[in-house]
Amino acid sequence: MKRKDFLYYSALGMGSLVLPKSSLFARPIDPLEALQERIDAATKKELADAALNAAKSGGATYADVRIGRYLNQYVFTREKRVQGVANTESYGVGIRVIVDGCWGFAASHVVTKDEIAKTAALAVAVAKANAKIQGEPVQLAPQQGYGEVSWKAPIEINAFEVPIKEKVDLLLQVNDIALQNGANFVNSMIAAINEQKYFASTDGSYIDQDIHRIYPNFTVTKVDRESGKFQTRNALSSPMGMGYEYLNARPEDKVGGVVTRYKGRYDILEDVKLASLNVAEKIKAKSVEPGKYDVVLDPSHLWLTIHESVGHSTELDRVLGYEANYAGTSFLTLDKWKSGNFNFGNEKVNIVADKTQVGSLGAVGYDDEGVKCKKWDLIRKGILVNYQAIRDQVHILGEKESQGCCYSQGWDDVQFQRMANVSLLPGEEKLSVDDMIKDVEKGIYIIGNGSFSIDQQRYNFQFGGQLFYEISQGKIVGMLNDVAYQSNTQEFWNSCAAICDASDYRLGGAFNDGKGQPSQSNAVSHGSATTRFTGVNVINTARNI
Amino acid sequence: MAILSKEEAQVILKKVIGYSTADECMVSLRGSEAGNIRYARNAVSTAGESSTMELAVSSVFGKKVGTASINEFDDESLKKVVQRAEELAKLAPENPEYMPVLGPQTYGESPTYVESTAAIDPLKRAEMVGQSLAVSKAANLEAAGFLNNSKGFRSIMNSKGLFAYNKNTNVSFSVTIRNREGTGSGYVSNSFNDVNKLNTGALSKIAAEKAQKSAGARAIEPGKYTVILEPLAVSDMVEWISRGFDARSAEEGRSYMSKKGGGTRLGEQLFDEKISIYTDPTHPELPTATWNMEGLPLKKTTWVENGVVKNLEYSRYWAAQKGVEPLPLGSGGGRGFGGGGGIIIPGGTASLEEMISTTDRGILVTRFWYIRSVDPQTLLLTGLTRDGTFYIENGQIQFPIKNFRFNESPVIMLNNVEELGKTVRSGSILVPPMKIRDFTFTSLSDAI
Repeated sequence: MKRKDFLYYSALGMGSLVLPKSSLFARPIDPLEALQERIDAATKKELADAALNAAKSGGATYADVRIGRYLNQYVFTREKRVQGVANTESYGVGIRVIVDGCWGFAASHVVTKDEIAKTAALAVAVAKANAKIQGEPVQLAPQQGYGEVSWKAPIEINAFEVPIKEKVDLLLQVNDIALQNGANFVNSMIAAINEQKYFASTDGSYIDQDIHRIYPNFTVTKVDRESGKFQTRNALSSPMGMGYEYLNARPEDKVGGVVTRYKGRYDILEDVKLASLNVAEKIKAKSVEPGKYDVVLDPSHLWLTIHESVGHSTELDRVLGYEANYAGTSFLTLDKWKSGNFNFGNEKVNIVADKTQVGSLGAVGYDDEGVKCKKWDLIRKGILVNYQAIRDQVHILGEKESQGCCYSQGWDDVQFQRMANVSLLPGEEKLSVDDMIKDVEKGIYIIGNGSFSIDQQRYNFQFGGQLFYEISQGKIVGMLNDVAYQSNTQEFWNSCAAICDASDYRLGGAFNDGKGQPSQSNAVSHGSATTRFTGVNVINTARNI
Repeated sequence: MAILSKEEAQVILKKVIGYSTADECMVSLRGSEAGNIRYARNAVSTAGESSTMELAVSSVFGKKVGTASINEFDDESLKKVVQRAEELAKLAPENPEYMPVLGPQTYGESPTYVESTAAIDPLKRAEMVGQSLAVSKAANLEAAGFLNNSKGFRSIMNSKGLFAYNKNTNVSFSVTIRNREGTGSGYVSNSFNDVNKLNTGALSKIAAEKAQKSAGARAIEPGKYTVILEPLAVSDMVEWISRGFDARSAEEGRSYMSKKGGGTRLGEQLFDEKISIYTDPTHPELPTATWNMEGLPLKKTTWVENGVVKNLEYSRYWAAQKGVEPLPLGSGGGRGFGGGGGIIIPGGTASLEEMISTTDRGILVTRFWYIRSVDPQTLLLTGLTRDGTFYIENGQIQFPIKNFRFNESPVIMLNNVEELGKTVRSGSILVPPMKIRDFTFTSLSDAI
């Protein structure tokens, strides 16, 4: 990138821009400078050793240190105007210790040996203060040290090296297409994230990692002033654990049908044109008749249902009560797992947790407490077989080592159990979406994720979507409005009638899954193929005010 | 170092403005110190401390703006950050919506900073959490909670002589207490500028009592019910209504404040006449800064009076377009009207108990959870009851009931008001408990 280009665009609208929270100490930066500022692993090892030594000499029986540089870039536009371009960098060190059987954590944005030693001492002091009101001491699963190792996300194009001008031009082109195709308003954005993380622990690991994520999105709005109604349609993109290559669409990544959907790559220009046409149709679509329907759920929608009903319910910290005061607990209590026959779903339902899936948001080499990442079964032929856990909990499952689910959103936040990629395996028998729809007498085909809500133990949920198509006697007959479905997790997954084959498997995901106090964001993907569920309760959400 | 006095902040800001060669320059300086304890299963799970201070400079040439920031404060660093902002501004395209900086303003005083809150240390935090744990342990219940305290300051200065400073303290506490069997759950949550108003032990007793009384919940049919919403449940719902008050969105036809055929609902009777809504940064129970980040003074503003929409929020740019005075939402950071907090709804004199005693048949709701927008056009929301839902008949609580999912709009809800109780602080909002008729529950949940 030419420096001039960066300087030109980085100034746009910065004064009024509200940044998504990336980190407490995030500050605007020049991404070119940031790219040059990488610290070599030897220096980081020296700094890490200073932290570990200070913690040990303060009485820590375990310590880990994370030296992190977190780069974020956001480009926001609205119609013909760039609303903001922001580059932020957050650099600092977080130190976690166990003293007297209790956790303590402290962080600092000053990354010098002296400050690191002070921060380690503060973490020790926090642990000692809390040990006075501590119950059971922390029990940490053993973990081998890996020595000095590294992992890099297998990206093709580093989004931070793509000129901002290119991103701005692309988004303004997106907006132009929307307006030309009848939309009244359009907002578009590209977000890119690079986590440069260095982890070291008293177990003897020194792990250097480079993680990349990207998320292009837009919302087109159509207003009908006469009726006072408006409708929106969001992009059918997904945040991905990829570089800028995600935006270089290839024909083989397109999934045809009632509207084009996308696999590993995304065509934002094509999607925004379709969205503008969709939203014009949506504003005139008929309101749904409430009742029982078969729902056919596209992966661009189903990922969120998987996330809420399976991803969260199988988190062990929720099961144990650690999230009781915030995200909630889980109906998947340990007795259900121990029974070995709890039918979470019917036998078509196989769900895996996977921290290694290429291109997914959750893929890393090692988690934020030095555990090498892996893949494991959560639901096998409908039966609950495992959870997602970290080092201080995994002994409860009788496991000897952690599953590697520990994550912190930044160096200044303490790491804790976060969701792995949790995905529904595709059907083993050949089945296309067209063939699936042919079997549906009365149904609704739902594409894209919309409104979502689920109770604190993950039983009762309600989901909306972006596009709803009525299916009658095996055919799509038109668009519907005001659709939301309500169900109960166990009933829902037991009503799974068919899953398309692997050729339809796609990832969806979230950049900002919230959990913990203070709340932290986690990025996670969920894969599935189009799936049909029978007899689901659909409500009509239209109201008059 | 993270909390500067007004004078200390002024010295740094003046120095920075002195280095400016731009047409206009706006500088902001902020710092904070915070600490927390999180606990679960009757023991501490995580705890930590952090501190930060940051300076941001916006330089303007014509309508070209550049912003840079730094967290080092020696003279060389201050010069560097100004140069950087100016370099960026010169290269920037014009921002058509840029508004020139304001001249000096007069601001009211607000009691946002309380010494005793600023003095909280790790031991004090542990003691306060200890008081909560003592309640749950004594009752053989399990507590999971979070205590967070912070002190901070914000200050702005511009090249036309505007200067504003505010320092604030905050302490927030929440706890969920459940019985060992997992059949009952209670919750309390609140936040204050003054730690002396927070009694973690007394609040925990309320949560413990709810955990015990909510055990053995029975299922009743979903449908439309008269509900008594405790202040927490009220705040969960009414925080959402602020989203419609932006004049620009309303005039563009894309909010619930938009009118059929064009225009807005300003001046319309949109809510029950018992409902008035205002913001007041100097309210002693909910003090906030008296200026926003552009330096506009924040004053007591009535948004709804006896159910009639009296004002919409106008940014400086949109106000200039429409030929009206700018009317800011709030000071930002979630405490202004725009962030959902800062709302004040005057209530009546009835206590919660009195409201229950005059109810023939209804449901008492402690709080709602996982609220999401279903339709922004009508502000239809969905979510669930949680941590203590009870059936009322003949003026008395009869038994605990299973949680419900609701689909309801706060606009409709505030049209169905039967009675308002006494207004209290609930988080960053001041609201009364409310008795609402025809509240729509659409399904049952097994969650406890």
